[in-house]
Amino acid sequence: MTAITEIEVAPRDRLSQARALHWGLAGALLLACIASLQVGATDVTLSAMLGKIAQGQALSQMERVVLFDIRLPRLAMGVLVGAALAVSGAAMQGLFRNPLADPGIVGVGAGAGLGAILAIVLGAVLPIWMIDLVGNQMVPVAAFLGGWGSTILLYRVSTRHGRTSVATMLLAGIALGALAGALSGILVYIADDRQLRDLTFWGLGSLAGASWAKVLSAGPLILLSIGAALMLGRGLNGLALGEATAAHIGIDVQRMKNIAILAVAGATGAAVAVSGGIGFIGIVVPHLLRLASGPDHRTLLLNSALLGATLLILADVIARVVIAPAELPIGIVTAVLGAPVFLWILLKRRGMVEL
Amino acid sequence: MTSCNSSKGAYAALLTAMFGAFIAMTVSAQEPTEGSNLRADVLSIGGSVTEIVAALGQEHRLKARDTTSSYPPEVTKLPDVGYMRALSPEGVLSVGPSLILSEEGAGPPEALEVIRAADVSFVEVPDALTPDGILRKIEIVGDALGVPDRADGLAAEVETALASALRDAERPEADKRRVLFVLSTQGGKITASGTGTAADALIRMASGVNAVTEYEGYKQITDEAVGLAAPDVILMMDRGGDHGVADEDLFDMPAIRLTPAAQTRSVLRMDGLLMLGFGPRTAEAVRALNDALYAEGT
Repeated sequence: MTAITEIEVAPRDRLSQARALHWGLAGALLLACIASLQVGATDVTLSAMLGKIAQGQALSQMERVVLFDIRLPRLAMGVLVGAALAVSGAAMQGLFRNPLADPGIVGVGAGAGLGAILAIVLGAVLPIWMIDLVGNQMVPVAAFLGGWGSTILLYRVSTRHGRTSVATMLLAGIALGALAGALSGILVYIADDRQLRDLTFWGLGSLAGASWAKVLSAGPLILLSIGAALMLGRGLNGLALGEATAAHIGIDVQRMKNIAILAVAGATGAAVAVSGGIGFIGIVVPHLLRLASGPDHRTLLLNSALLGATLLILADVIARVVIAPAELPIGIVTAVLGAPVFLWILLKRRGMVEL
Repeated sequence: MTSCNSSKGAYAALLTAMFGAFIAMTVSAQEPTEGSNLRADVLSIGGSVTEIVAALGQEHRLKARDTTSSYPPEVTKLPDVGYMRALSPEGVLSVGPSLILSEEGAGPPEALEVIRAADVSFVEVPDALTPDGILRKIEIVGDALGVPDRADGLAAEVETALASALRDAERPEADKRRVLFVLSTQGGKITASGTGTAADALIRMASGVNAVTEYEGYKQITDEAVGLAAPDVILMMDRGGDHGVADEDLFDMPAIRLTPAAQTRSVLRMDGLLMLGFGPRTAEAVRALNDALYAEGT
């Protein structure tokens, strides 16, 4: 396995520069959050409401519903999902020492998609009491289980005598992804046209279904997974030098791989479960940051979380404002914005554009 | 060139006529109708529900609609809250409805939950594939709009129209033509309607025989099965302009080339909402399809 990531020993000033970037990105995230609460299809604005509260006036029911039941849970979910996708992307790219790796490549996305499709297509035939039990959460729960199931299977396949082969994992991930895709295809075939339309929209991703229930069900797992991923900085830096070298400089490589895989499965599984398929955040954000502040994972992971959250929130603002009162699936927005950026990054890497 | 010159006058006349019709439409839309003291605050979701609202003379109360609501044409001027299966809660609330009338199956469910929490009345109108179902839709919409008497009137009208259309459409079993409803021919693969769909119901009501009864719903069908289904007529949605597949291309598809329909080059195209909406215009759809099926060739 060749390491494609350029290995670069970060000079001290570069590291402090990257640390300063934490603060800049945190500021940008805060501004994005304010923007997200300020605008929407209704003319309810955060500033007007704060003014009302300051003057001791009561908020109208419309204002309360829009702020507390629609925009705030949506913002919270956007922050969680954006951070989860970007951190997972950064961790995967570090783990595979391949800048093209993303959670989709190890089959987490396909597994989660299979779970969601199962719930949408077969949900109707479950006994009523079972539907009542999970209610509207059936699709997210199934997606999450699908993501976890495929990750665990993958891990089993690629681990022998306690050693995980990243190369095997990559290949097995592609095979499992294809298998999940094929099984999804069978279900698509037996789906009726209404379910098909649900599947299409699920696949495009959206934060429109945000609710406090979803934030509370996915939030703890996402935060835990991000927290675990943020501790991998030194280990991933070591891994960039090769497994043997990493082991020689005192890194428990196997333990680090375990943590990275669990963190990615947890964060991506839960994020995909609540928001559907949202592409490009996981692959574009770490790239942009490596260009801006170098490949040091000690700063890259946290910066990815901040920038991922910021970009997803801004994409969501675009998704719900641009054709209001209707809204675009957010996956379309991230792909339309993300794909050209990604292409530009690729061209730049090969020295084909000067910018 | 000469034809171009001579048709200039015709174009001008056509433009004037269209302009006149447009003015007439806007004027008539502004004319006060019964109940116009009520403010426009109804959001209608689903093509057939919107048609019923208009047929009840309550169009002036519509404030917004969804993408599937395209008839009567004037409603397309209203704000569009998006596709009925992918509604945005804030988008829906932003049009300020105090009543939402929705065809069964609007979503996503989480969006509807939030909308209900905002204290907006939400009335779900069940799907229908039978004359009785259409009457029930009309009653539910009439009750929700507070015009039950008008709904009774409309229901009676629709009932009579449907009964007479069905009676006129009746044919002896042996004469019935086999109809293949083709939803799409994307990539040379034919997606056709089996049983349990609006297309199947309409074909039966118009005294046709659905050529495909082996499966339920709309599915891709193999070329050989199309041959076995042996349709006398292909029925498709009229997408207007160049969006639909041309007749030559359709009859040139290997699956269709060998069917009786290809031999007689029988293809019918109807407006999708008229055909599959199951609203107040279904009697019209039954007659149109029946006429088209049996007027030619027999």
